[in-house]
Amino acid sequence: MKKLVKVIALALVLALSIVSVALADSTARTLDEIRESGKLVIGVFSDKKPFGYVDENGEYQGYDVYLARRLAEDLGAELELVSVDAPNRVEYLQSAKVDIILANFTVTDERAEVVDFALPYMKVALGVVSPDSALITDVSELRGKTLIVSKGTTAETYFTENEPEVNLLKFDTYTEAFNALLDGRGDALSTDNTEVLAWAIDNEGFTVGVESLGSLDTIAPAVQKGNEALLAWINDEIVALGEENFFHADYEATLKDVYGEAVNPDNLVVEGGVVETAE
Amino acid sequence: MQDLGISVLFRGKNLIRLLGGLGVTLELSAVSIVLSVILGLLLGVVMTLKSRVVRAVCRVYLEIIRIVPQLVLLFLCYFGLARAFGIQLSGEAAAVIVFTFWGAGEMGDLVRGALTSIPRHQIESGAALGLTKGQIYRYILIPQTLRRLIPQSINLATRMIKTTSLVMLIGVIEVLKVGQQIIDASRYDTPSAAIWIYAVIFFLYFFICWPISLLAGRLEKKWQA
Repeated sequence: MKKLVKVIALALVLALSIVSVALADSTARTLDEIRESGKLVIGVFSDKKPFGYVDENGEYQGYDVYLARRLAEDLGAELELVSVDAPNRVEYLQSAKVDIILANFTVTDERAEVVDFALPYMKVALGVVSPDSALITDVSELRGKTLIVSKGTTAETYFTENEPEVNLLKFDTYTEAFNALLDGRGDALSTDNTEVLAWAIDNEGFTVGVESLGSLDTIAPAVQKGNEALLAWINDEIVALGEENFFHADYEATLKDVYGEAVNPDNLVVEGGVVETAE
Repeated sequence: MQDLGISVLFRGKNLIRLLGGLGVTLELSAVSIVLSVILGLLLGVVMTLKSRVVRAVCRVYLEIIRIVPQLVLLFLCYFGLARAFGIQLSGEAAAVIVFTFWGAGEMGDLVRGALTSIPRHQIESGAALGLTKGQIYRYILIPQTLRRLIPQSINLATRMIKTTSLVMLIGVIEVLKVGQQIIDASRYDTPSAAIWIYAVIFFLYFFICWPISLLAGRLEKKWQA
């Protein structure tokens, strides 16, 4: 009995592996196929305000969604939005469930091996928030002082490698880190600039003195690897949209409420796919 | 704007959306549970067969659904089938297939357990009285099996209802996902919304699963007599 179970299990595993090797990936729809179907399927976040979220009326909103609507309009196709989550964004492209992913997708080398990124439409870097009473406006002011960071973030890595004179106070979660800053356990806090900027708006007495720091990461649309016609079309779109300052309009419509007047949109927005280093 | 978190629930269409999400949860669970029970009853009978091959196949099937997490099964069915065979299933279809695959196996094992727990001498006595195989099932095995099945299958059903929250990861917007959307959309102006929305979702799940337990308890009592 036991032997038989083992034999069958082994056969099953073998059969499965042969099948998965023998069959190729399902190929994404080409630009022509999308045009023909009259429907553009884009994967966006549905719970990441202000990039992709669903408002109280059940409508998708956000910086990414604003671009998605425009892409569909320019293609002359109906837009179908699919709710994706951070861990399955790549899967959606590889299994051809969506044509494009517009889900605040940060460009990294590892990801670029499995999907094709178009030109960027946003950039993120580190930001430093501190109390108005002792505002930090330059990294050099942090030396010898205590900076709060969350473990495992790019902020932790950046300051450990580049600013050894800054004392780091590390926490496990964002909530703990921000609470520590409120309690005055550190002189400043650093994490993604999008996060600190939004947080400072809601917490009076705190300002983001350094809005863009460290290596700049870009955020771009992604398509299935090898879907060249669609990729080229998106790139042309992003360049063309840059000429009308589309992404600044997008910022005004979706991000301004969250980041407020004090933030310079140029620190976040990328027009026409050209990244200019801020500051 | 720092008002009570619960107010978020009554903003716009939030309440209707949450109930709509609950509808999706219920629909997926109901279809999967009904299919699981039907298939599970048949499977359970098959599992009691003496054939070595049949039993080995059933063992492998059971071990697969017990060892592989439901989320992996969902991913395999939704993304895996599309990648390997180009079969594009909707999230809902993939969910029903996986939950039925899982539920039928578990249910089958419960049925097998209930069937084999009935003392052999009852079947033999039935045969001695001249009952046919069909009659033995009809008058001896099925009534007693059903009675023994109730508590565990209710347990399975409520477990399935709660596990449907995983389908949000294959793009199906059910009650928990709607809740997260509502929480996130108000995270800047009403940070306290999270605990309230989760509390509401807790009660929604509770009011679905509780009546099922009540009904089961009542049935058990009624059939005991």
